[in-house]
Amino acid sequence: MKYLSYLTIGIFFGIIMYKSEAASWFRIYEMFQFGSFHMYGIIGSALAIGVVGVQIIKKNNIKSIDGTEMNLHPKNKSVARYLIGGIIFGLGWALAGACPGPMYVLAGAGYFSILIVIASAILGTFVYGIIKDKLPH
Amino acid sequence: MNLLYDPWPWYIAGPLIALTMFILLYVGKQFGMSSNLRTMCSIGGAAKYSDFFRFDWRAQRWNLVVVLGAIIGGFIASNFMSDNTVNINPEVAQQLATDYGINSAGEAYLPPELFASENLTDPSVLAVLILGGFMVGFGARYAGGCTSGHAISGLSNLQLPSLIAVVGFFIGGLVMIHLLFPLIFS
Repeated sequence: MKYLSYLTIGIFFGIIMYKSEAASWFRIYEMFQFGSFHMYGIIGSALAIGVVGVQIIKKNNIKSIDGTEMNLHPKNKSVARYLIGGIIFGLGWALAGACPGPMYVLAGAGYFSILIVIASAILGTFVYGIIKDKLPH
Repeated sequence: MNLLYDPWPWYIAGPLIALTMFILLYVGKQFGMSSNLRTMCSIGGAAKYSDFFRFDWRAQRWNLVVVLGAIIGGFIASNFMSDNTVNINPEVAQQLATDYGINSAGEAYLPPELFASENLTDPSVLAVLILGGFMVGFGARYAGGCTSGHAISGLSNLQLPSLIAVVGFFIGGLVMIHLLFPLIFS
């Protein structure tokens, strides 16, 4: 039953990503060319509602369905890892035109070549795990 | 507007993404897609090579089910809810065509120049896909999250690390499009 709800959330998310064209290489390219408000509107409106909602959750101490605290833990403090890691991610995001969520959506949409991107993303994650102790964090 | 068939505008998609995040919080989870890549490494036996992959991946199975859902969602949307074309700003489309020979804006969802299976035999196309994917996977784990984990979840929680990461995402994206694309594609 729980897994059915996760599956439903995933289907919902996948349809949103595809229908909003956030999973399109063209939209990512256009965003970084400042050619349209579309992607900024998607991220901005999600964020505006997200900020207000999270404040409401915190003010009223709203719990999750099983009565536990919601997963809103602060992240570790650092600049190097977020900035360097973020830049590397951004380079890949603009080149492949897809971030991790949309990759799976595109696989479902039948783009065989995206499987190469996904496999390479798994490899990138693996290599990070191998060399992470040598990187500034 | 035909909501089932036409592309969804930002003011519908954005709030629905926020809703996705809140539903995941409500069921005791969090919104983050890139951590699945680490889970897949662990399932594949990566713990033999690094302690980074030595964790209880079974506790992350819920997120793999979300991934499975996203795959199904992509299938449903592309087959029954879309004509699979994306109309971007005509000036940007024109620029893509003249500068890089990518002529498919407005005619396809992804440019076949990069994503058509028959082009996988072209080493430069293959290199773009492999390099792009590799940097997404490596960078997301280094930064501790991707667009969903940092730009949506982290910033919603007003976390400074997420702001730094998102600034990084945009520096990287702008450098790629404005400085490296002319070198890679022309």
